[in-house]
Amino acid sequence: MSTGTAKPNFDTTESELIQRVCQGDKEAFYSLVKPCERGVFTAAMSILNNPADAEEVAQEAVLKAFSALSRFRGESKFSTWLIQITINEARLKVRKDRKHLYESVDEQKTDEQGDYFPKDYADWREIPSETLHRKELREALQRALNSLPTKYREVLILRDVQHLSIQETAQALGITEGSVKTRLLRARFQMRDALAPGIDGSWYSGKQEYEKVRPW
Amino acid sequence: MKVIEISCLEVWREISNFLDGEVDPEMRARMEAHFKVCAHCTAILDGTKNVVKLVGDGVEYQMPEGFSKRLYDKIKDR
Repeated sequence: MSTGTAKPNFDTTESELIQRVCQGDKEAFYSLVKPCERGVFTAAMSILNNPADAEEVAQEAVLKAFSALSRFRGESKFSTWLIQITINEARLKVRKDRKHLYESVDEQKTDEQGDYFPKDYADWREIPSETLHRKELREALQRALNSLPTKYREVLILRDVQHLSIQETAQALGITEGSVKTRLLRARFQMRDALAPGIDGSWYSGKQEYEKVRPW
Repeated sequence: MKVIEISCLEVWREISNFLDGEVDPEMRARMEAHFKVCAHCTAILDGTKNVVKLVGDGVEYQMPEGFSKRLYDKIKDR
């Protein structure tokens, strides 16, 4: 850094609120948390995929952030820090509940170095925006998301839904920026493969069957 | 400057970084040259671009009703 003093990343309002919280103002803490609520819940959902569990974890994460706020140095945005705590809490819950024991074991075996080949090249360049409102597309998106291994889903949600930067995503998940990029590629390709059956026109006609469209 | 050719496999590895503006100018030029002549990779590029748009616009987790109030109460009771 070229300047002599370290420059915190948070804006004035954020730092003022933090100061007030550290002086015992709980309302200020709620003002700080309020804009991050959805992000915290979504981050928890990306791992737990259950609204009740995600709410429980969101509450735990927020209370943990409250207790630890005096240690927050503004090296990242408050929201990124809070999401990082949420991710850790969600992972703890998974471990505690042992719900995903087998998935976790399988995931460790996944070879991230190997190349992922897109399954087909169905050409679905243009998707009219009105299809987004279609219930079946939203459901298909949710199914496709649910089919991803957690480590891909969490990266995809933080990057493409919450629009965290690669660096923020790496920080929140405790992984390298290189891993974020690799997992994001896998996640996007797998989403594309999972969604491709519906993008050949069956969203419009309500057809259940998918005829593969291949350009060769 | 002559652009060095690139294989489809190399393009696939970088396609996500390409969309995020995370490839250096040389790689970008090589990929752009490849897309001009390869319909498969162009389809994958467009498909992946659509995924990013769809996920960004269409994925939303519905927060349970009363979520904010319960969170506020938890903070207050702390």
